[in-house]
Amino acid sequence: MSGGLELRDLGCVRGRRSLFRGLDLRLEPGQLLRVTGANGSGKTSLLRMLCGLLAPAQGEVLWHGRSVRRDREAFLQQLVYLGHAAALKDDLSALENLQVAVRLGGRTADAAALRQALADAGLRGREHLPARVLSQGQRRRAALARLPLGGARLWVLDEPFNALDTAATGWLLGLIEGQLRGGGLVVLTSHQPVALGDGVPQVDLAL
Amino acid sequence: MRSNPPARDGNDGTWGAWRAVFQRDLRIALRRRADTGSALVFFVIVVSLFPLGVGPQFELLRRMGPGVVWVAALLASMLALGRLFADDHADGTLEQLLLSPTPLPLLVLAKTAAHWLASGLLLVLVSPLLALQFDLGGAAGGVLFLSLLLGTPLLSLIGTIGAALTVGLRGAGVLLSLLVLPLCAPVLIFGAGAVEAAQAGLGVAAHFSLLGAMLLVALFLAPLAAAAALRIAVE
Repeated sequence: MSGGLELRDLGCVRGRRSLFRGLDLRLEPGQLLRVTGANGSGKTSLLRMLCGLLAPAQGEVLWHGRSVRRDREAFLQQLVYLGHAAALKDDLSALENLQVAVRLGGRTADAAALRQALADAGLRGREHLPARVLSQGQRRRAALARLPLGGARLWVLDEPFNALDTAATGWLLGLIEGQLRGGGLVVLTSHQPVALGDGVPQVDLAL
Repeated sequence: MRSNPPARDGNDGTWGAWRAVFQRDLRIALRRRADTGSALVFFVIVVSLFPLGVGPQFELLRRMGPGVVWVAALLASMLALGRLFADDHADGTLEQLLLSPTPLPLLVLAKTAAHWLASGLLLVLVSPLLALQFDLGGAAGGVLFLSLLLGTPLLSLIGTIGAALTVGLRGAGVLLSLLVLPLCAPVLIFGAGAVEAAQAGLGVAAHFSLLGAMLLVALFLAPLAAAAALRIAVE
């Protein structure tokens, strides 16, 4: 029985091309997994497999020793996934988007907590603007603002540093470090090294 | 720095997620009135064109009225359905629906319910007014109203399956109609049939029972089928 995330003999086939196979990996609580690789090497596919959005061509993904596709509900309660798209509704404000995201995760958060999360993300004063008028970086910030609200153990982030400025990058690094120190797990793809503080265990996986 | 994580509790979580999706979609429908209203305007125009084209022949209009209103309602609901999952798919919120711990069929049902409230219900509400153009007043108009009230949620539910099957495809609109319209034929037959029976002075209980039975079956099966289709669509 493992307390973390385990990939067993995982393989991915897109179309007729085999992207990777025989992937074995074990991630313990408090560890960060950074997935690197060339464009089209299967980073996003791997992340979607971890979440159970994509069925592995072979092998399986285990969370606490149980297959994520079989024991779906228990796993999803512990998961936050952010893909390439920011998952924001253009017609809703940043605050409304955040509220929907938190409630979809099966949780509740009061208005003050939501506002605080947006303020931490550097969106103070822009809570009520429709997401349509936010810049690319601000949309990322609004999407990432949900991370600390869920209390989820596992964060799966696809290129989270894209479009973020230096201040926001620092803020996100702080969030990730807090999550890891609290015994959570983070899986992310990034082309840049993730500059976390000393003593934070970091596993690199090159596809 | 880290705020204390909010508590999660089973039933509240499921119900909260259901309401969040339902309210979100209704709110978006309210903010995009031009999109929401287009199906209604389409319905009103199509139904009104027939009396203009046929001329004031009351006997003929009375006979074709139920069919015309029902066909127009069917086409109008197809018009609005194409976007049901397409927008969610494009902006990434569909993946978030799939990754919610709440069962996906329930969330699909929330979306369908919001969609029906924002489109189907409006068609039902204006139908008595439009029916007057076909000299369908009194009992026949009332039966038409009730048949649409039972039938339009059914159209939305069947359309949800089609929308889920075609999400992410190019030219999804045409394909959606090709998939869904044949499935809607029974609804059309019994819906329009109820009004014709009322005009002929016959009982309408049988038609309404069948529509109601179909609605119950669709309420149960359509979200399951649509959820399965969505899972395949995002792979």
